[in-house]
Amino acid sequence: MKNEAKVIENAVHGVFLILGLITVGAVLLISIYLIISGIPAIKEIGLLDFIFGKKWTPTQAEAKFGILPFILTSIYGTAGAVLIGMPVGFLTAVYLAKIAPPKVKRIVSSAVSLLAGIPSVVYGLVGMLVLVPAIRNIFNVADGASLLAAIIVLSVMVLPSIIKVSLTSLEAVPKEYEEGALALGSTPIETYFKVSVPAAKSGIATAIVLGVGRAIGEAMAVIMVSGNVANMPHIFGSVRFLTTAVSSEMSYVTTGSLHQQALFSIALVLFLFIMLINATLNFFLKKGKER
Amino acid sequence: MIEKISKKRKAYIVVMKTLMYISAAVTCALVVFLISYVLAKGIPNISWKLVSTKPSYLSGDIGILPDILNTLYIILATLLVVLPLGVGAAVYLTEYAKNKKVVGAIEYAAETLSGIPSIIYGLVGMLFFCQLLNMKTSLLAGAMTLVIMNLPTVMRTAQESLKTVPGSYREGAFGLGAGKWRVIRTVVLPECVDGVVTGCILSVGRILGESAALLFTAGFAHALNGVWEGLTSSGATLTVALYVYAKEQGEFEVAFAIAAILMILTLIINLLADFAGWYFKRRKINEYHYSK
Repeated sequence: MKNEAKVIENAVHGVFLILGLITVGAVLLISIYLIISGIPAIKEIGLLDFIFGKKWTPTQAEAKFGILPFILTSIYGTAGAVLIGMPVGFLTAVYLAKIAPPKVKRIVSSAVSLLAGIPSVVYGLVGMLVLVPAIRNIFNVADGASLLAAIIVLSVMVLPSIIKVSLTSLEAVPKEYEEGALALGSTPIETYFKVSVPAAKSGIATAIVLGVGRAIGEAMAVIMVSGNVANMPHIFGSVRFLTTAVSSEMSYVTTGSLHQQALFSIALVLFLFIMLINATLNFFLKKGKER
Repeated sequence: MIEKISKKRKAYIVVMKTLMYISAAVTCALVVFLISYVLAKGIPNISWKLVSTKPSYLSGDIGILPDILNTLYIILATLLVVLPLGVGAAVYLTEYAKNKKVVGAIEYAAETLSGIPSIIYGLVGMLFFCQLLNMKTSLLAGAMTLVIMNLPTVMRTAQESLKTVPGSYREGAFGLGAGKWRVIRTVVLPECVDGVVTGCILSVGRILGESAALLFTAGFAHALNGVWEGLTSSGATLTVALYVYAKEQGEFEVAFAIAAILMILTLIINLLADFAGWYFKRRKINEYHYSK
């Protein structure tokens, strides 16, 4: 009887161990798959030609597979989105953490989580029908579907993560810091920006990195507003991101062709970017914990 | 007191305060604009005919019933798989794991998973589930892809609530002679219902909004199917249908109708999540008082 119980206990332990290791398995699976399917095309095209090539013409007779336009567009688009989204999100977070009355704070916080829950295709749709025509009219350009439109949409999409993470870290600042500054004669606003914000800086850095991660990985909203032509990035030009390069051509590409393999290689490059961002994120998280 | 500070400091205060109010106002205005614009454009286009029929090439009518059903099937299939997996992983982490390296690896993996963009999930899902496991482009393959995507969320919420189960409960059960599995089954698991429910709500929200991961795994078909048939064949969810109607077919009225439906569902899910949080918090407090 005792032995039987022991066998069951061990079996259950084993099952839970396997369940626990599924996440690790999934990460390995994704990494291995991307590397295996991404390497052949890079080998055939040549790493430098692939990364620094300025022309992407996979369907022409003399096919060229250069993804520099996608890389630069993704970097510019993400940087632009964070540059716009960061100040707005950060200031909103300071307002919510320090000034807003409890009722206002509750309402604005749920509005922010709502913003996070809106599907990206809805952002894309609104961007397509409101933002794109607006850009065309205001700046008098032929087509409003451009890098600028993508940046604006992305900056709205990164707002919730920036606000939420900054808010949490601002709220975690010890009250004594602020009380000390107030007692020394600084006004409340000065205290918030010169004492609370520096004390919460690793949390705010985390918020920026999270925003970067979200912006660089977004595909559907961006594909709907950016025009989707493989140009070198220009603020009013029709552009294509790393994500949209994969999603726009994957559905009609011939299985097994160099073109399809090159799309996997693009995904691999995107994955490497994400891994870099994750490493940065972990660095800041660790720093925050040490404090 | 405020009169005594220098002009420079006064200006700083005024500027910072104004910027803060403007930012908060912009954030709120964005939310209000998005909701009201989508609802105003979408609700007039929602009709009984739209939500109760399938698209017909003969009459040129568009119906989104298949897309609604597909969304439902994919949510059910995903939850059915992800809940046991996620809760199991959480149980392992909180109840069994002693090796710090293993715990660290699992948590690091979960963090990495939640940072991976959905388009990459879509690609790997296509290679692994559709091609290697031969599921073809089907809702089931899409659901399996979403399982991996949502695993970290479910695991984390379950883990959070398992952590709040008092150690004394376990000790009491152990003291009465119960084995570990029995303690987990009868004492620990019933206590983490709140985590499971929260995880469910969050996952449903995420599945509802997902599109990039489903494009290459679940496909675009609008056929009207039963559950089993639906899961094994290709089908568009509401978000994918919105994308196809707006981007490829220029049917903006239908797209906005779907957007309005998605917006209403998002609102409901947010309210549910808030309510669940409030309800379980209150229950925990009550329990605490009774146990005293």
